[in-house]
Amino acid sequence: MTQSSAPASAEVAGYAIRLGDDALILSHRLSEWSAHAPQIEEDIALANIALDLLGQARSLLTYGGSFSGRSEDDLAYLREERQFTNLQLAELENGTFAVTMVRQLLFSCYQHELYRDLESSRDAQLAAIAAKAVKEVAYHVEHASTWILRLGDGTELSHDRTQAALEGVWPYSHEMFADDELARRIADLGVGPLPSGLRPAWLGTVQGILTEATLTLPDDDWKPTGGRAGLHTEGFGYLLAEMQHLHRSHPGARW
Amino acid sequence: MSTALTPLWEVFVRPARGTNHVHVGSLHAADATLALQNARDLYTRRNEGVSIWVVRSADITASSPEEKDSFFEPSADKPYRHPTFYTIPEGVEHL
Repeated sequence: MTQSSAPASAEVAGYAIRLGDDALILSHRLSEWSAHAPQIEEDIALANIALDLLGQARSLLTYGGSFSGRSEDDLAYLREERQFTNLQLAELENGTFAVTMVRQLLFSCYQHELYRDLESSRDAQLAAIAAKAVKEVAYHVEHASTWILRLGDGTELSHDRTQAALEGVWPYSHEMFADDELARRIADLGVGPLPSGLRPAWLGTVQGILTEATLTLPDDDWKPTGGRAGLHTEGFGYLLAEMQHLHRSHPGARW
Repeated sequence: MSTALTPLWEVFVRPARGTNHVHVGSLHAADATLALQNARDLYTRRNEGVSIWVVRSADITASSPEEKDSFFEPSADKPYRHPTFYTIPEGVEHL
């Protein structure tokens, strides 16, 4: 990444880090599919998406960390579970291929709305990162929706599995649009959109795809949150253990 | 995954505007849209192309290796088909 000035305030730094955490953790989850995807072609597609997200994470964490003198590696490898501020959606376990694709569709559609808005952020660095990432994310949406259409409107088995995946993942989508104190402050500063404001457009896109895929939108009853405050699901500790193991065993390792 | 559900596709990539699509390889996919997406992920990761074609391998009619002689040999001894008897004027670079 090119040298640039540090974020203007602790709020902007914290905001960059939470967006970076989303990208980093989902990237890691997708990387777990390597050598396990249903086809070799899809294996590479998932790895490509993981690498796109990793690139975004690096830019965002480098920028966010520069405010407090921490590097991207410090943030990724040397924080504890409670210090990660990613959405719980991003850390959900891969489950079946249908779960991974539903998770990807819900997240990528959100990220697409978010980055499109961030392109006109008052923070020049975030605007630049978003402008580069928005094209990548448009493809992630395309990829996920292509699969959801085929899985949902495929065989009876694939439809049932995808509907079950949707029921399981859907509750976690609400956290993407929760306005907490930092999110409101960021919106006041003109740095980023208010999360709740992104939901109508997101829902329109997602609903269109799910309906075409003959899937039924789940009820909005249970709305787990906490990721932004450092509260995570049970599987998250295992993810961190794997992701951080090498760096913690061999500090500064390079190859 | 069974190849009946995911047949073979041939991939052609055009590296730049004004050039031809070139065969780069093949892949398995359930339908044309997925084949195109897979091709994008497999063959244009390093900025190799501006356009992709995918064609079902089964839809390509190819010349057979056994027919190589009858197909191609006869043109070998007809030098008059090649523009080799002209002197190239000076200053002509792209001929």
